[in-house]
Amino acid sequence: MNKIIPELVRNSVIGSIKEGKRLDGRAFDEYRPIEIEIGDLGKAEGSARVKIGNTRVECGVKIGEGEPYPDSPDEGILTVNAELVPMASPYFQPGPPDERAIELARVVDRGIRESKSIELKKLCITPEELVKVVYIDAYVLDYDGNYIDAAAFAAVNALQHTEIPEFGKLPVVKKPISNTFAKIGDAIVLDPSLEEESVMDARLTVTIEDNGHVCAMQKGGSGYFTADEIKNCIKTAKRKTKEIRKLVK
Amino acid sequence: MGKSSDIKLITDGKRIDGRKPNELRPVKIKAGVLERADGSAYVEVGGTHAIAAVYGPRTLHPRHLVNAQKAVLRTKYDMAPFSVDDRKRPGPDRRSIEISKVTREALEPVIFLEQYKKTGIDVFIEILQSDGGTRVAGITAASVALADAGIAMRDLVAACAAGKVDDTVVLDLCGKEDNFGQADMPIAYAPNEDKITLLQMDGDFTEEEFETALKYALDGTKRIYELQKKALKERYEKNE
Repeated sequence: MNKIIPELVRNSVIGSIKEGKRLDGRAFDEYRPIEIEIGDLGKAEGSARVKIGNTRVECGVKIGEGEPYPDSPDEGILTVNAELVPMASPYFQPGPPDERAIELARVVDRGIRESKSIELKKLCITPEELVKVVYIDAYVLDYDGNYIDAAAFAAVNALQHTEIPEFGKLPVVKKPISNTFAKIGDAIVLDPSLEEESVMDARLTVTIEDNGHVCAMQKGGSGYFTADEIKNCIKTAKRKTKEIRKLVK
Repeated sequence: MGKSSDIKLITDGKRIDGRKPNELRPVKIKAGVLERADGSAYVEVGGTHAIAAVYGPRTLHPRHLVNAQKAVLRTKYDMAPFSVDDRKRPGPDRRSIEISKVTREALEPVIFLEQYKKTGIDVFIEILQSDGGTRVAGITAASVALADAGIAMRDLVAACAAGKVDDTVVLDLCGKEDNFGQADMPIAYAPNEDKITLLQMDGDFTEEEFETALKYALDGTKRIYELQKKALKERYEKNE
């Protein structure tokens, strides 16, 4: 991706951050505007569209039935998939999910799974035989930076409004919120834009539960973090998450 | 994390394998274990056995991947079908694709990739036996294998995990602790450069628990780092 970003953009992003400013005028710990639309996809049991700035993710929840896993015979199954569809960006190619899409799906999955957001035991129909399967599919339709938080937030919103026919509301009890930071030089910014991602050294996602605990983290990118940088990201994430969680519809 | 269970993981301050909370399992590292690879290493951390091989810098195929500014690092993490209790279907799955990606990103910060323009460096990691902490054992092995291949590096990367079992923060989770514990956080660290190059976490940590776990993990990696250097020195002594 770096090859395509002109040196000019690179210099202006880095130059601006050195002066304590972001190109779009945001504070280092400020999200772009977040828009949420719930449930306009009629065939999905639950759905949400989330826009963070110009990044747009469509998330659908489908419910099926299947055999439980042998090590959790009385629990429903959660599966998360993500697609970086080629219409979203010139950097996305058609084909099966690549490592970026797989990482995205697994980071979203860990946030929901580890916070025990869905009461999976309530999705058991017959132990060892039949359980409900929750399929979460996040489609990145327009990529302008930070698809991780957009996808995770779309999933959280869609789950809140998932109705299973002849069963009732999907039992959702937690709202894990992911916060993605980009490290650019010595600075760390929240919710990186596409320009910022194209010049970032490394990325850190911190997912915070309703009680302020950390339930998932993921470093990405070919740079590094120091211990203090990670500790500061967690503090910022804990603080920002309170605002973001209020936006959940 | 794995399933909740009634298994007691800590009794009288001791873990199921008798360790203290901040104690590593026995670690064994050997450099130069494969004949054909340009560099290789074998790592045992308790019941987890990993082997890593490095090929390159070499001509990169397919050619469109070539980068004129630096070498392209490629990593492949793989678990052997016989490495786990129930046979694993051979070949990549979503988990191993993600681990391959984060492993590459854990190694890239310490390699002078710009010294090997237009080439490819391939790192292959095979997990032969799994008992928790396979990705970190793989990274520890890969780092030694890169050094063994004579590739210019700023530092070695050492890796280990910390986590939480029975509400206690512990270092280097074994398989059972990973399955039935409350949190797992693999870390890769370059001690001389003070760079954390891999960080993943799943489970449930308060901020304080995270800070303790990070401290344990960084201490653990420093101990492993000494063993990595020792393994490389032994390899050179033998060659003289």
